[in-house]
Amino acid sequence: MAIIHIDGNEFIANTQHNLLQTCLEGGLDLPYFCWHPALGSVGACRQCAVKQFANPDDKTGRIVMACMTPAVEGTRISIADPEARKFRASVIEWMMTNHPHDCPVCEEGGECHLQDMTVMTGHTYRRYRFTKRTHKNQYLGPFIRHEMNRCIACYRCVRFYKDYAGGSDLNVQGAHNNIYFGRDEDGVLENEFSGNLVEICPTGVFTDKTLSSAYKRKWDLRSVPSVCVHCGVGCNTCVSEHGGQIRRILNRFNGKVNGYFLCDRGRFGYEFANAPHRLNASAIRDSSMIARPAEQAEILEEIAKQFDGSGSVIGIGSPRASLEANFALRALVGADSFYSGVSVQDAICLEAIVNILSSGTIKTATLQDAETADAILILGEDVTNTAPRLALALRQTLHARATTSAAQLKIAPWQDTAIRSAASNTRGTFFIASPAATHLDDVAAEVYRAAPDDIARLGFAICYQLDNSLPSVDGLSADIQAIAARIARALQTAKHPLIVAGCQLGSSPILNAAAAVAQALNHGDRTPNLMLAVPECNSLGLALMKDGSIEDAFAAAANGASTTVIVLENDLYRRAPRQAVDIFFNNITNLIALDHVSTKTTSEANFVLPCTNFSECEGTLVNNEGRAQRSFQAVIPKDDVQPGWLWLHKIAKITGRNASADWKFCDDVARTIAATLPIFAEICKAAPSGDFRIAGSRIRSEPHRYSGRTAVDAAWTMHEPKAAVQNGSPFSGTMEGYYGQMPAALIPFFWAPGWNSGQSLHKFQDEASGSLRGGDSGIRLLEPCASNTAKYPLYTIPAAFKREDSRWLVIPSQHIFGSEELSALAPSIAELCKLPYLSLNVEDAKILGAQPGSTLKVTFDSGQALLPILLAPELPSGVAAIGAGLPGTVEFSLPGWATILRAATEEATP
Amino acid sequence: MRKSLSTMSPADVISVITKSKLRGRGGAGFPTGVKWSVVPSKETSPGPRYLVVNADEMEPGTFKDRLLLEGDPHQLIEAIIIAAYAIQANIAYIFLRGEYHLAARYLQQAIGEAEAQGYLGRNIVHSEFDLSIHVHTSGGRYICGEETALLTALEGKRAIPRAKPPFPQISGLLGRPTVVNNVETLCNVPHIINNGVDWFTKLGIGDDGGTKIYGASGHVRRPGAWELPLGTPLREIIEIHAGGMRDGYELRSVLPGGASTSFLMPCDLDVAMNYASVEKLGSRLGTGAVIILDQKTCPVGMIHNLEHFFAQESCGWCTPCREGLPWVERLLSAIEAGEGETDDLMVLEQHVGLLGPGRTFCAHAPGAMAPLASGLKYFRADFEQHIHEKHCPWS
Repeated sequence: MAIIHIDGNEFIANTQHNLLQTCLEGGLDLPYFCWHPALGSVGACRQCAVKQFANPDDKTGRIVMACMTPAVEGTRISIADPEARKFRASVIEWMMTNHPHDCPVCEEGGECHLQDMTVMTGHTYRRYRFTKRTHKNQYLGPFIRHEMNRCIACYRCVRFYKDYAGGSDLNVQGAHNNIYFGRDEDGVLENEFSGNLVEICPTGVFTDKTLSSAYKRKWDLRSVPSVCVHCGVGCNTCVSEHGGQIRRILNRFNGKVNGYFLCDRGRFGYEFANAPHRLNASAIRDSSMIARPAEQAEILEEIAKQFDGSGSVIGIGSPRASLEANFALRALVGADSFYSGVSVQDAICLEAIVNILSSGTIKTATLQDAETADAILILGEDVTNTAPRLALALRQTLHARATTSAAQLKIAPWQDTAIRSAASNTRGTFFIASPAATHLDDVAAEVYRAAPDDIARLGFAICYQLDNSLPSVDGLSADIQAIAARIARALQTAKHPLIVAGCQLGSSPILNAAAAVAQALNHGDRTPNLMLAVPECNSLGLALMKDGSIEDAFAAAANGASTTVIVLENDLYRRAPRQAVDIFFNNITNLIALDHVSTKTTSEANFVLPCTNFSECEGTLVNNEGRAQRSFQAVIPKDDVQPGWLWLHKIAKITGRNASADWKFCDDVARTIAATLPIFAEICKAAPSGDFRIAGSRIRSEPHRYSGRTAVDAAWTMHEPKAAVQNGSPFSGTMEGYYGQMPAALIPFFWAPGWNSGQSLHKFQDEASGSLRGGDSGIRLLEPCASNTAKYPLYTIPAAFKREDSRWLVIPSQHIFGSEELSALAPSIAELCKLPYLSLNVEDAKILGAQPGSTLKVTFDSGQALLPILLAPELPSGVAAIGAGLPGTVEFSLPGWATILRAATEEATP
Repeated sequence: MRKSLSTMSPADVISVITKSKLRGRGGAGFPTGVKWSVVPSKETSPGPRYLVVNADEMEPGTFKDRLLLEGDPHQLIEAIIIAAYAIQANIAYIFLRGEYHLAARYLQQAIGEAEAQGYLGRNIVHSEFDLSIHVHTSGGRYICGEETALLTALEGKRAIPRAKPPFPQISGLLGRPTVVNNVETLCNVPHIINNGVDWFTKLGIGDDGGTKIYGASGHVRRPGAWELPLGTPLREIIEIHAGGMRDGYELRSVLPGGASTSFLMPCDLDVAMNYASVEKLGSRLGTGAVIILDQKTCPVGMIHNLEHFFAQESCGWCTPCREGLPWVERLLSAIEAGEGETDDLMVLEQHVGLLGPGRTFCAHAPGAMAPLASGLKYFRADFEQHIHEKHCPWS
């Protein structure tokens, strides 16, 4: 820490920061473009010029760029200095020489960093009288619109896309003032994090196409804090609504989780909520299975009749529903009749994860921890596709390592270019063992391709290398032993090694191996972390509430007579083979399905109850780290749509079950959960409750410039629509209420005077890249047990994988676009979904006589499919892969063994 | 080369060069010995280190390195061996201007000959010192002459300068300690080692030691380049070596060291062409390439031509240079075309201040402002005449 002087005032500065950061952290306004807290300084835009004085007697000073100048003791600078001000205004004037001044038709307008900085510098009058240069725009895919004429060449887009996210298809081209940021040719941006360009770009070059299709200005959007529902990482988002429709998702900073960035699935997947699959109305199907709409009272009455006591009632929960909804179902049917509703494979993995996290002594990493890990071992998981934001965090470990080594050359951590060139030859201690290629292979020091069991064996072999008291792995080749020894040695030299695994391969041995490696590293001053990816947004929350799988429910139905089944937000056909689900539905008398999208399960239900999605109600989700986080209501649900917990509570009331409870708001359910289940005791701390007020006011979820309120329905009525009363919410739902410093979990959008864009975020932080003021949101439910002795999970080492002559082990390949149920319904994402395929390595394809273009007949115990072949040279021999969740492939349990034959020609062409 | 590798330690070589007060001949005039001595020792920074020869001679009016490269490539190779030995670099790159085809061919041939003689490769003349030299021909941007942009380009990236610190001696090519020296600078080295410090310092007139290749272009009788004592008066270069002005041409002004230096006027002709004396007059010695403006050439047109070059050669990294230079260029173009406005001179003058040192990322734009700033001062009446008469009086 150092004392520095800014315009005569003393500020305390972190000496590891530059002066721009220091000024912003001191609450001062200093314009900038090319600097970004996550990307560091490069000194390109020259916007943050200040006057620096050598000592108190120096009256002349010299112009320096704040972002490129360290904050050292005694630094004296002036932001207000007339010469510095004039220079900053000139920088805007230069940028404006080619900027098209098209704010009225630009979607960035109203939240444009360039507008803000222009106003801040005071540049108003244009003196440049020559023609502006123009560019051609490119088609960049369904997410991002490109409008290059607006570009001010701050280079942030390529620095994020290439340097930070590892993309290669967005480049800077041209020279002098003819700089072009784009692809070599039109085409879909390939990187999984391209959507962040919308927020990284300080003006309207890259804008959100999904917002564009139903455009509203920022000041006309109502926003709430939310949590992404498209994987288990739990990134924090701001959901924006207008006219009952979600218009966009923006990143909501959480220093411990997603930081400044989201993946494209999380940013654009929301469109499922607006898609035609949306369920809006209750329906009853009679014995002929023809659906008819029903009023809420009628359907509740009809459902009550099914609860006449003659049969049993069971409930099937969902890993994509909130804790509150799952708990309400559990309360309705009773803990013993409540089933988790995940697939057998997921259940095996989740059970192992719960065991590891709740009884182990290893901390589960936050994403922030993951970014700074100094050694990485990934066992089996393709995180770019199963937990994308985690992959982005892992990619940063290289930069963290480079920053550390650059520090030895006295290069400050914010000197981005210097760090990248100083470390241009360093590779991280980064190892990946996976059956197929992953998008992190490019940063790995070594990759190892093997079948799931062999990956687990490698993990256990590493354990043995680290701790010889553990069982050794029999029958390993010298090569693999050498790899294990290499990895073990590298992990041992690290201070904060991170072991990553997940549920993708349905293998508990892999998870146990990951935990055991972490445990074996846990001594001395080394602090190993674990990161175990889970498939869905509340997989871990549900697993902490209920173990087991969908098969337990199948068994219960097979034993019991005339069973009524309530399925909560779950398409069972995605959890078990079709045959098994069909048998289950035949075994039961009544199926009551609650969901917000129509699925094959809802189409089989006798009673369909439309429930809210993530944007329409409050709810608590537990991410893979064990962090409980709360999302809030952005869209007021229409028609019969009600929160899942409320439907279930109404059924409970009308049938006299769970009669003691009286839940009015989501908070009531959360409080009951906290009181009932010890593991969830803390969940109410995930966010302030609905009675939270600041100075007697709720927090406004509409910005103070919201203009549409009196005009939005003017074509139909002169009257101002009455604001929907949001009982039980800390948000007013209107432009009335408090907006200022508020708890992190309740920040609905980022806005500050003079800072209309998302760059205003720094006004909510004490330190750039640091936590939001008052601490990042969410509460961790699982912390490692304090123990001095190593606590290894109980495990057995699997036998080595042996390929079979006529059968292949078919594993699921995960895809960021297509494998997750809800986001795949979003039109923009659907455009990028792969078609179903089966991939094999080249040798195996040869055995089958298959060539590119061939169709293969894949036969599992549970069914068969015709799939085109995709050659995957890196797949181990005897292992095949199917794109998980893609249409036509959801009905198999993966991984599983299948015979594969070349389809006869007539079969191949349907 | 034999003398340094067989009888001198690397530190001895650096010490001799430091004592000789040899200064960089590429334009900045930084003391070469000091530059070398900043390179960390092999003990503190093990691993590769590089010597990079800046042969990207693109300064308008400058062609001295070309003569050295084409005339005696072995002189440069010998210099590289000694310099690389001094900083203990085992790899040297010659970053050559792409258009210097002949030099590229001669260098390749000379390197082959040196290798065949055992002067390059492993264990050079039994000194246990290894060195290989690679010629890299530039893709062709003026900015590649800037040493950090040169390194970035050599790494295969866009030629964009880097911020200093870290200096290349600490983190240069591929993040390793690197020294970048100009061709002419290096070519002095073997002679200093051979003939000693005293001999070298006495070659110069005044404080700076050695010789300098001065060039002259413009409407002089004998345009060309000559190796002369450092500190030779400007008048002698123009009137004796270049043979004075051609008949009918009068000297109006001079750019003493390439396009990015400030104009000197006829009254300044007696200046000794060394670093300090030229700086005292508000200009720079630069590359020592004298460009002469005569009375039959429009000064606005000349400055416009220069600014066109600088605007086009901006790398596009920082805003003032990327957007400011094209504006300057367009204003000059408008003035030259008779479309200038009264306020234009004010805008140009503002740019001179706004594109000054420290305000832009590297020295490109400040260099570009040198002829403009001095031009606005010395040729003010010509600018005003263009604007008022709405045409170029020379056209």
